[in-house]
Amino acid sequence: MTGFWRGAGTQTRAAMLMLLALALAALVVPALAHTDPLAIGDALALRLLPPLSVDVTHHFHLLGTDSFGRDLFVRAMLAGRLSLAVGIAGSALAGAVGIAVGAIGGWAGGMLDRTAMAVGDVLLAIPRLVILLVCAALWPPGATMVITILVLTGWMGVARLVRGEVRGLRARPFVEGAHAMGASPARVLWRHVLPNALAPAIVAIALGVGSAVLLESGLSFLGLGIQPPQPSWGNMIADGREMIVLAPWIALAPGIALILTVLSCTLLGDALRDRLAGDELETMRARS
Amino acid sequence: MRSALRQLVVAIALFWVVLSLTFFLVRAAPGDPVAFLAPPAASAPELARLRAALDLDAPLPVQYARWARDVFEGNLGTSFVAHRSVTSVLGDAIPISLALGGISLLLTFVIGVAIGSVQGAHRGTRVDSALTVVTTTIYAAPSFWLALSLIALFTYGAARLDLPSWLRLPAFGVRDPAGDSGVVDLVRHAVLPVATLTLVGAAGIARYARTSVVELLRLQWVRTAVAKGVPARSVHARHVLANALPTLLILFALALPGVLAGSVFVETVFGWPGVGRLMVSSIFARDYPVVVGATVVYAALVILANLAADLALPLVDARRRT
Repeated sequence: MTGFWRGAGTQTRAAMLMLLALALAALVVPALAHTDPLAIGDALALRLLPPLSVDVTHHFHLLGTDSFGRDLFVRAMLAGRLSLAVGIAGSALAGAVGIAVGAIGGWAGGMLDRTAMAVGDVLLAIPRLVILLVCAALWPPGATMVITILVLTGWMGVARLVRGEVRGLRARPFVEGAHAMGASPARVLWRHVLPNALAPAIVAIALGVGSAVLLESGLSFLGLGIQPPQPSWGNMIADGREMIVLAPWIALAPGIALILTVLSCTLLGDALRDRLAGDELETMRARS
Repeated sequence: MRSALRQLVVAIALFWVVLSLTFFLVRAAPGDPVAFLAPPAASAPELARLRAALDLDAPLPVQYARWARDVFEGNLGTSFVAHRSVTSVLGDAIPISLALGGISLLLTFVIGVAIGSVQGAHRGTRVDSALTVVTTTIYAAPSFWLALSLIALFTYGAARLDLPSWLRLPAFGVRDPAGDSGVVDLVRHAVLPVATLTLVGAAGIARYARTSVVELLRLQWVRTAVAKGVPARSVHARHVLANALPTLLILFALALPGVLAGSVFVETVFGWPGVGRLMVSSIFARDYPVVVGATVVYAALVILANLAADLALPLVDARRRT
């Protein structure tokens, strides 16, 4: 990790710091805030304050207040807990399923492999959002449901990547060597093949966090994901939709936190990918 | 020719699997559409009659067989809510989505490839990094947020900035109910939805196009052309763009799902009665036949786009001709 930091460009460092700051703020801000982000107080005095304003009780509102007088910054950070958790869990679990399917399929080959890849192709042929919508329509909404369908619709890319790597590694001399030394197939897969096959999967998972956060916000925006009063970035934006003409900051402020998160994930994923591509070039040069 | 036929068969099979998957998914879900549709005071025989009318009382394989036969005859069932055939409900929505999506896809493609090419040709310059910041940020923004930002700009912002009246674009619906309903009015209503879809799509395409232009510029014949003194302009036109055609085709197929997904949100926010909005409202109304129908439309479009790209690739890429 320190090595990654030292080798990272300014852009990557900014992305890492931004994610860290957002995660910290999501944990700390709602706990330290002087107002309850869910409770409705003196709505008439506090409602619809624009960003950067000071209210009658001399409290500062960085992003303004909503139509119930709740502080939008505190609410956005509280929403960040759930949105980030769902995004990370969704992408990581989808990645884990993808690694398992890809590794076993690529290692075993045959019918198992072909079936798994065919199922993946079918799921890839439908736009992910459409499957998400159908599932969200049919099962009761909530965080668990969103994570489940993120996993069900998100494992195929990683599975394909890992399968390709595993198949490539199967014939390499060090794998043959491990077999010859008497290691069981499971041990060879686990100790020798998998560690060498994971790099592209890790990039895909990092990039996947951003798109998982985006998809969650989309479902919640449509009212099919996280349900109010529990705030998520998506349902906060939906909340502000009616007031867009009078108080546009209610809808737009939570979006800024969302965009910063997705942007940071994309930049980090890109940097990881460039780094891995660089490493591969290095090893290729070293070998030739 | 053999492989083209094979690809066609695979595409049709894939389409059928997607159709069946949606059919079973809808029926596997908890919740009874009959309980949802019937009036609360309905008696047991009334519920049974409704169940029979909706063809939900037969065993699942029988339902599937009947449904498959109907689909072959072009019959996707009857909407629970609109009490019309799903095909006619979709028939009203598809042209609206196609118009919105088609114009946006075209603009997405032209603008995205143009931006990506400029970036690739001027790699590492200030122009390149500025455009990267812009495209990556827009790419990170959800389409509904961009849509709301544009609405805020042209309502809240327009009032603050005192914009001239022709620039105050309508933010909802397809037609102005009170005013004239001419072409001008329609175009004015289309500006913001098309702009939103194009922004999201072009940002994504520009990122891909930049990478492929950079890769093409590294190729040996391009470097040879530069080395022997061919002017930069004709290197880009003759050597880079001509060889980028296969990549561009793949990009076109890649851009379509993004525009489709975006259209779900854009139609919802701007109140355009297209397939995306129809799908969302049918989900809330538990109108399963329409949900399945809309899914079919989306899947068919994506599979068709991929098939078209696969079939067209050998035509533009001599290396793939056998």
